[in-house]
Amino acid sequence: MSNLTQETSQQSFISFFLTAGCDSVAHAVKKSFIVAIWFVFLTFPIMVIQVNTIEKTVVWHWNKIGYVAIAVFFGSFLWRWLLARKELKKDESTEETRIEGLLTRIQSHPLLKLASLGVLALAAILYPQVFDLYQTNIMVSCLVYIVLGLGLNIVVGLAGLLDLGYVAFYAVGAYAYALSNMHWGIGFWFALPLGAVLGTLLGLLLGFPVLRLRGDYLAIVTLGFGEIIRLVLENWGDITMGPSGISNIARPGFFGMKMSIMDSTIYMYYIMIGLVIFTIFCVNRLQNSRIGRAWLALREDEIACQAMGIDKMKTKLLAFALGATWAGMAGVIFAAKTTFINPASFTFWESAMILSIVVIGGMGSIRGVIAGAVILILVPEYLRNFAEFRMLLFGAIMVLVMVFRPQGLISAKRKIYKYEASNTASAANE
Amino acid sequence: MNNPVLNVKAVCKDFGGVRALDEAELSVNDKEIVALIGPNGAGKTTFFNCITGIYTPTSGDVLIDPAAKGQAVRINGKKPNVVTELGMARTFQNIRLFPSMTALENVMIGTHCRTKASVWGAITRNKATREEEQAVIKRSYELLQLVGLDEFVNELAENIPYGKQRRLEIARALATDPFLLLLDEPAAGMNPQETKELEALICQIRDQFGISIMLIEHDMKMVMSMSDRIYVLDYGRMIATGTPQEIADNPAVIKAYLGEDDDA
Repeated sequence: MSNLTQETSQQSFISFFLTAGCDSVAHAVKKSFIVAIWFVFLTFPIMVIQVNTIEKTVVWHWNKIGYVAIAVFFGSFLWRWLLARKELKKDESTEETRIEGLLTRIQSHPLLKLASLGVLALAAILYPQVFDLYQTNIMVSCLVYIVLGLGLNIVVGLAGLLDLGYVAFYAVGAYAYALSNMHWGIGFWFALPLGAVLGTLLGLLLGFPVLRLRGDYLAIVTLGFGEIIRLVLENWGDITMGPSGISNIARPGFFGMKMSIMDSTIYMYYIMIGLVIFTIFCVNRLQNSRIGRAWLALREDEIACQAMGIDKMKTKLLAFALGATWAGMAGVIFAAKTTFINPASFTFWESAMILSIVVIGGMGSIRGVIAGAVILILVPEYLRNFAEFRMLLFGAIMVLVMVFRPQGLISAKRKIYKYEASNTASAANE
Repeated sequence: MNNPVLNVKAVCKDFGGVRALDEAELSVNDKEIVALIGPNGAGKTTFFNCITGIYTPTSGDVLIDPAAKGQAVRINGKKPNVVTELGMARTFQNIRLFPSMTALENVMIGTHCRTKASVWGAITRNKATREEEQAVIKRSYELLQLVGLDEFVNELAENIPYGKQRRLEIARALATDPFLLLLDEPAAGMNPQETKELEALICQIRDQFGISIMLIEHDMKMVMSMSDRIYVLDYGRMIATGTPQEIADNPAVIKAYLGEDDDA
């Protein structure tokens, strides 16, 4: 009996798989066939035609067409099945995924939480010892992006202000350190708070005029500001050294010790770990505070938020300035890490990258942003083996995440819920 | 007699060439329940928006006197958050909760203008901040209990049943510590049983908090049974005012609602 039901369920699964999103198997085959042809057409220039520039001949890889057609034909079945499955589970999608559930379970258990934090800390400490300079360097830049992502998360994820010019504050931090180091020999540890303060000030300065706008309009204006900063850096040669940039920026010192590149990279790594922990700590506390709630309210409904007595301008400005603070600090670290900066490091691409980290990771979710940064920064690095397909795969990953998890890898919902649960318990106990 | 807590004098509001409010006059006394009724499109919500700062009136005065002692403050042109801080809290006709925040958090937002934890306090979580936070949670929880939503404390606002969402909006408005509560169609979409419970709740709020309440409502049964006074708005003009009985008997009101017979 059970064998029978298993068999029928297997049969129905196969038929569901074959006809997902279609009327019949014939229809599905027809659809897949069309898709396959379309993909053959689309990928024809990159898959089939290969120009040999040395011998000035064109090599035709006709066999590759077959692979594409077969892969797409079967892949489209899988794609439709995944989409149909997602559609079926729409109601359940508000619930936690398995990973999120696991995270929650670990968090709610004090011993497990401590243990997993210990493992994480150990891994973080041992990382540069175990891996080589290259890996450590990649990790440092990943950590920089985590800080940037968490900073932008305040503006975009919590307060809901679409900021496409975030990189401007990053640039200001980097140039603040580079210039003050070049002219007055100011060290890294003084420059770090200086970068933070400058970031905040610039955030306030830029925020004041633009925050009357919202949504798309705000995005465009911030995009403009980001470009203005970059163009100023590029063209104000007397001060910023123009496109040639500033080199020989001092690495962070450790009580005047001379360090090799290896040592200073490891040192940089630990500084970054410290800053990431500090950022997580601050952002976590901020988002669960009175101000954090005001940001969320602002994101959800601006009119209701104002009607509840929240000063819209002040709250927005605060989010903008605080977000810029982290960018300023990350900028200082970036300058110290690379020892060379020029305006090319602060293009719109960087802003888009940081925004993608926040959106793909999960808006307003700290763990999400970390996951987003790890994936978006490390994946392209490790995909270097695939050379020319690197960016293609990268784009595909982004599309897949947005199709199947539009709320981001780790959504923020549960976090708020948990925070309230623990607090209500204490409120009820009083 | 006490000074009215809210005194609206000859307020006009033009949208381009359309006069949505035409010299509207209204006053609310201390601890009074006042209803504002009128046919669809009469300008009731515009009136609310004008006195809560969402719109600035074209002309006229909106005066408030929270203590009802004759020290009136003119509030037209002030921002909505300032008006709320001064003590007028409102709900919305089309519910405007913060959908992805929990019920408790929604109410906690209401206490924002009465608390003052700063960024520094939030990061260091010092004693003052923690105590303030605890007090806010406690008060919000009590307000949720008052409106009968304690079972939904940690539920996201968007997942709460419609009728309860309206109650949550009231709790959120109460959290701002108002002297005057403005309810925009609180019973819309409720069944008779829920309406009855809502009526009891509104009266209880008035008695327990000693505040005045002004409401826009279409449910005549509810309006007639609970209001102390009723204002009738039609085409932006206050066409009648008085006790429920007077309003029910007023021919101008009947005309506004039922229309005029062309042959007459």
